[in-house]
Amino acid sequence: MFPSTSYNVGSLIKFTIRKDRIRIPLWLIGIIFFTVLIPVALDDMFPTQEERDVMAETMANPAMTAMVGPGDIENYTIGAMTTHNMLLFTAVVVGLMSILLVIRHTRTEEEDGLSELILALPVGRLANLNATLFVLTVTHIILALISGFSLYALGLDSMDLEGSLLYGAVLGGTGIFFTGIAAVSAQISESSRGATGLSIAALLLAYFIRAIGDVSNETLSLFSPLGLVTRTEAYSTNVWWPVLLLAGFSALLFLLANYLNAIRDWGAAFLHARAGKTYASRFLQTPIGLFFRTQRTAFISWGIGMFVLGLSYGSIMGDLESFFQGNELLEQMLVAEEGYSLTEQFIPALMIVMGILATVPPIIAMNKLIGEEKKNRTESILAAPVSRGKLMASNLAIAVMNGFIMISLSGIGLFLAAETVMEDGFSFGMIYGASLVFYPAMLVMISFSAFLIGFAPKLTGLIWVYVVFSFITNYLGGLLDFPAWVEKLSPFGYIPSLPVENMEWAPIVMLSLIAIILAILGFIGYQKRDIAG
Amino acid sequence: MSVVEVRNLYKKFGKFHALNGVDLTLNQGEIYGFIGPNGAGKSTTIRILLGILKASGGRASIFGKDTWKDAVEIHKRLAYVPGDVNLWPNLTGGEVIDLFVGLRGGDTKRKREELLERFALDPSKKCRTYSKGNRQKVALVAAFASDPELFIFDEPTSGLDPLMEQVFQEYVQEAKDAGKTVLLSSHILSEVEKLCDRVGIIRQGEIIESGTLSELRHLTRTNLLVETKKLIPLIGEVKGIHNVGEDGQTLSFQVDAEELDSVIRHVSQYGILKLESAPPTLEDLFMRHYEHKQETNTGGNS
Repeated sequence: MFPSTSYNVGSLIKFTIRKDRIRIPLWLIGIIFFTVLIPVALDDMFPTQEERDVMAETMANPAMTAMVGPGDIENYTIGAMTTHNMLLFTAVVVGLMSILLVIRHTRTEEEDGLSELILALPVGRLANLNATLFVLTVTHIILALISGFSLYALGLDSMDLEGSLLYGAVLGGTGIFFTGIAAVSAQISESSRGATGLSIAALLLAYFIRAIGDVSNETLSLFSPLGLVTRTEAYSTNVWWPVLLLAGFSALLFLLANYLNAIRDWGAAFLHARAGKTYASRFLQTPIGLFFRTQRTAFISWGIGMFVLGLSYGSIMGDLESFFQGNELLEQMLVAEEGYSLTEQFIPALMIVMGILATVPPIIAMNKLIGEEKKNRTESILAAPVSRGKLMASNLAIAVMNGFIMISLSGIGLFLAAETVMEDGFSFGMIYGASLVFYPAMLVMISFSAFLIGFAPKLTGLIWVYVVFSFITNYLGGLLDFPAWVEKLSPFGYIPSLPVENMEWAPIVMLSLIAIILAILGFIGYQKRDIAG
Repeated sequence: MSVVEVRNLYKKFGKFHALNGVDLTLNQGEIYGFIGPNGAGKSTTIRILLGILKASGGRASIFGKDTWKDAVEIHKRLAYVPGDVNLWPNLTGGEVIDLFVGLRGGDTKRKREELLERFALDPSKKCRTYSKGNRQKVALVAAFASDPELFIFDEPTSGLDPLMEQVFQEYVQEAKDAGKTVLLSSHILSEVEKLCDRVGIIRQGEIIESGTLSELRHLTRTNLLVETKKLIPLIGEVKGIHNVGEDGQTLSFQVDAEELDSVIRHVSQYGILKLESAPPTLEDLFMRHYEHKQETNTGGNS
């Protein structure tokens, strides 16, 4: 029985599923794939308890606890290791999935005027919200069950049925909780961007409260849904009450979202946008100014993100140092290169992650050009006396600067954090050089985007496949035992591993040349083809 | 002097022929109405004129310059308003107006305030909050504020209310008085009829009719309303008479221009009490071509 405000919710549920019949399965497949892949990889990397205990000691420091939460260090089985390393991150990804999907179906549809069409039909005022909540809840229950049973199906000793089901249930519970958060944000905020921002801010806040709590005050962590996630201790003590608590809070959030939706007008919100500027600045009246302005927020957020990533990597350096010194076994295991400290040997592995991550924002910036075209906004610019060459050059310049700033910020972050935690810090030049050495590979990726925009505007999404491919082959490559040539299919495979390897200029020059050639080809293609809009 | 010259323009999208030899001439200082049903090729033609699409064949020039090669030079002297205006959601309307005018290198302040007031647009709102009509106003204010030599409008009033349509028409008239040239593609035939000096009708990628309104009218039918003493028998059978409507003694019908003389002779035999004639509206012209198209498509069951 539904009240009249949810009339026809059943049809809308079907409609919601129809709209997301590709998107939801893709999210589920991705999340479950990684959930299952990690314990297998861990089992491969740390086959004996001895090796796992070594790993446990590396992880047992405040910086790691702040990043991944507390773990069962005493009894570091594959199961406990998986929970410690992956559960929190996966939960954050699941939360993100909820936020993006919920806002898409609620505030975005309202903003675009789509829900106006729906509401003009015999449909209850709250039916769309509840259809979305229902579909997302079922999705997360499915996620919980499939990931739980697949983890169990791996047949690893330490991963029993209860622990596996709990692991899945925590993921599902987090998903449902953030479904609620996003549903409430969608009522509060006037725009879909605002609602997404508000929800993600809540997610980040939950993460940081937990980080602070885990390091300093355990009770504080209980106030964060992500703190509850790590309290389940799946595969160790298997605590179920945090899942129930998450479910309870989710129900409250669902009710709150319904209440807020019921008392507001269609299209209205509780937070209002301020009046904007009446005049444009001089800078905005140029293509480069326009492109910069339209992606300023993304640029700043990514910048902060890259800096924080650098800081967090840098913050584990001090602990590594002291830990390596006290452990003979590990010292024997890791000494491969003469003349470099163990911590220094650790750096290239961190840098490759930062390098590839720092490639994402400049590619987003470059692809803005095709995004604008798809939204029929380039025609307005090209109808003004702006040449295609200038338009693309403005965009490319922004992407190239963006990439430089991103990789620099992560390098500087790493240096600053390492400097404060280490007794005998690194030289700035060494760290900054080790990060900046990735810049030519990043330029190749950016130029490849420009090339696709010029020659294959329908295939610009391919660049993301290439980014993921680069990450898998170069970062996980050693772990997954790929042959060496596979790594060379990505520009990142040619970057010397500073500071352990010597600097080599030949690949740097080659990559830069390739970047320039790809960019020129992109320009040629862009000058010649039809612009869609 | 012609401002826009289009000769035998072709455009293919894959196998689809969007334009099949379009010819178009705009003379300095005239308002040219470009009409045709959806999908006939109006926007494709305009986008080729803007150098956004590349013609598959034929020639298009504005101010004597090639629309593809000299796009930037041409664009310094023209303003374009699309039918579906897409703007950056996080910029305000005022910022977008300044951007467009600034890119064209014009001075915005002078006419801007007046236009904003006449079009009743709040420039401090973010574009994401604007309705379709308000987004169109942003583009129109930017176009009129930049004071170009040529205006290209692609269904510019499709989201405007009648009052704003009136304001738009006044500014177009003002532009014409100042010697500007205007290409106006529109669905609103009354607007075209009111504003345009010459009209071109495009159908399936071809201009099937073009000329001044009176030239076009000459080619087509006149609406007649007659009341006669005696009933006219079998009026529908008379050569050149179409669409007969009967209301007692009063008949209304359309007459082909070339048969007008013989029809009047024929009708006058029955003793005319009242005779009213009206020139065909643009809608009549348009519908005639449209009907013709249906006839050819369906084998003539109109």
